[in-house]
Amino acid sequence: MKTLFENARLIDPEAGTEAPGHLLVQDGRILDRLEPGAETGGIEARRIACGGACLAPGIVDIGVKVSEPGERHKESFASAGRAALAGGVTTIVTRPDTLPAIDTPETLEFVARRASADAAVNVLPMAALTKGRDGREMTEIGFLLDAGAVAFSDADRVVTDTRVFSRALTYAKSLGALVIAHVQEPGLSAGAAVTSGKFASLRGLPGVSPMAERMALDRDIALLEMTGAAYHADQITTARALPALERAKANGLDITAGVGIHHLTLNELDVADYRTFFKLKPPLRAEEDRMAAVEAVGSGLIDIICSMHTPQDEESKRLPYEEAASGAVALETLLPAALRLVHAGQLTLPQLFRALSLNPARRLGLACGRLAPGAPADLVLFDPEASFRLDRFTLRSKSRNTPFDGAILQGSVLGTWVAGVRPDA
Amino acid sequence: MTFRAQHLLGIEKLAPDEITTCLDLADRYAEDNRKGRAHRDVLEGLTQINMFFEASTRTQASFEIAGKRLGADVMNMAMQSSSVKKGETLIDTALTLNAMRPDLLVVRHPNSGAVDLLAQKVTCAVLNAGDGRHEHPTQALLDALTIRREKGRLHRLSIAICGDIAHSRVARSNILLLGKMENRVRLVGPPTLLPSGVQDFGVEVFHDMREGLRDVDVVMMLRLQRERMDGGFIPSEREYFHRYGLDAEKLACARDDAIVMHPGPMNRGVEIDGTIADDINRSVIQEQVEMGVAVRMAAMDLLARNLRARRGAEAAGVMV
Repeated sequence: MKTLFENARLIDPEAGTEAPGHLLVQDGRILDRLEPGAETGGIEARRIACGGACLAPGIVDIGVKVSEPGERHKESFASAGRAALAGGVTTIVTRPDTLPAIDTPETLEFVARRASADAAVNVLPMAALTKGRDGREMTEIGFLLDAGAVAFSDADRVVTDTRVFSRALTYAKSLGALVIAHVQEPGLSAGAAVTSGKFASLRGLPGVSPMAERMALDRDIALLEMTGAAYHADQITTARALPALERAKANGLDITAGVGIHHLTLNELDVADYRTFFKLKPPLRAEEDRMAAVEAVGSGLIDIICSMHTPQDEESKRLPYEEAASGAVALETLLPAALRLVHAGQLTLPQLFRALSLNPARRLGLACGRLAPGAPADLVLFDPEASFRLDRFTLRSKSRNTPFDGAILQGSVLGTWVAGVRPDA
Repeated sequence: MTFRAQHLLGIEKLAPDEITTCLDLADRYAEDNRKGRAHRDVLEGLTQINMFFEASTRTQASFEIAGKRLGADVMNMAMQSSSVKKGETLIDTALTLNAMRPDLLVVRHPNSGAVDLLAQKVTCAVLNAGDGRHEHPTQALLDALTIRREKGRLHRLSIAICGDIAHSRVARSNILLLGKMENRVRLVGPPTLLPSGVQDFGVEVFHDMREGLRDVDVVMMLRLQRERMDGGFIPSEREYFHRYGLDAEKLACARDDAIVMHPGPMNRGVEIDGTIADDINRSVIQEQVEMGVAVRMAAMDLLARNLRARRGAEAAGVMV
């Protein structure tokens, strides 16, 4: 069975191009790309008229929190799957910071089973790097790899014991496993609710210096030189961490870096009068840091943009700022928010999808994220111009803690295909 | 006369003319208090609830006396021993209290921003009696009134705020208020007790106290919390007193007519020498306490006027 996407603007992050054309899909894979003037009348296929809208490889989102097991009232695989579809995300890579943590092959298999039964998109689980994410003993990395873990991470916890971390990196290296780390010097960031500076002081909130990110990255880079492991820094959000990242890459270390969408589109002042939906981990940064991160995504120094989707119920956010939970949902708003950077002229569409789809797929060794023949037909069709005002109660996630409530976003997802099939059609 | 605010959550949201209005009225109340003239009709029929989630003696007493002098029905709720301990959230507590239809809610809370949060959920007027490290607006107003009465003006003065500024809501509110009224503010303290981003505050920063006090009109001392003296922020109590405690020798750097202020409670021998605190020619610490009642009377009076106007307009079906 063939499907022909007619008259689309094809966004190809691999070639770095956006051009009009048609895309032919067969048996869940991309078969061919056709020029705009090509004779398509003779092709026997189901036809999808794209009407000039953008067709891009579906988003691969590293670091999504689905609150199963433990807090299913916040997000389930079914609701996260619906949110992902609505947001053009075709692969979600789940975080292990659940209750309990995903740190044994048995819990990982539970997640994989729940995900394949309930979620309409591809779900790839990460596993914890240390047991209970406690930073003391490494998990069964080999068994977890066999069970399908695509990366190992203690999510927002830092393995403070360098000996434990260096051994885990060494062991992971021998198995070719990817380690994803949160870069934040915990001694400085303990108890912090915002980034230190004038705003933090005026609001009387405990702040963490942006230097805490640099310090943690510096330590990890030293350990990478020692161990040679494959490493991804989950979120680089400060200007001062970038030169260290650049040097590490130039020195040939196997290192990549990501950034959450909110750190690219919001800054610390958005917290305003203690708006807890803007409380994130790491906290929102100064405007100069945001601009530096956007520039680094453009240059490719920061490889990956992710949603850092973190569902929280109303109760955990309706508290004084310091006591409120961190995190925001973003599966559905990831693409429209990221398009702000395109509309502002800071990124091109191919650059954006390099960070949203191509690079994360490459980092995890997945065949998706491309528009090339043979690649899985995981696709998103969107109108980058259509604007709407976001009402958080229309979100498909079970939790509605988005900082974009009431904001005008420009860019609407028209359809999402996973292996050539539109699951919600 | 201008005072538009619906709540008194912080100095940040007040305009200079609102501050002046409040101080002018407080000045009148201060005189009447001295003459023993009561105004029991001002808040007559209104209910004032003092909710203190953090222990306080003087501020709570000051608000209670202020309310009673103006004729309000005052109720104190010791929140540390109540439903909060049973796990009730701040918002639920606020909604419960709101259902009892109070008119004035005086709130102190250990978390910055907690009073703002509470004010969003109630229909009465809310006064911030101190939230975390954020603001303590009535303290800044009473300090301003004391300065104005002592110095005859509240502009173009040089004022040094000394000590633990990082953890002090009193310092935040005073920096904002004194800045709005166009004074020169100096912050004096060890760098570990100064807030981050202090260079962007529009103030001068000194780590040497003698330099910081040079030719100032007002020396405002802050309390150093016991828990900060354990080597985490400063090496020891005695080293702190040696470098940053106010004694006669350091005070000699200030102008001859400089006044000494302290929000209390004082740690004698830690941040201030006892003899200076008791020197009636320099210390205005007792007057600060006296002005506290007057300022709180004025603040509640002004908020009650706005509250009544709002309710009247609502009853008449006017959009406000």
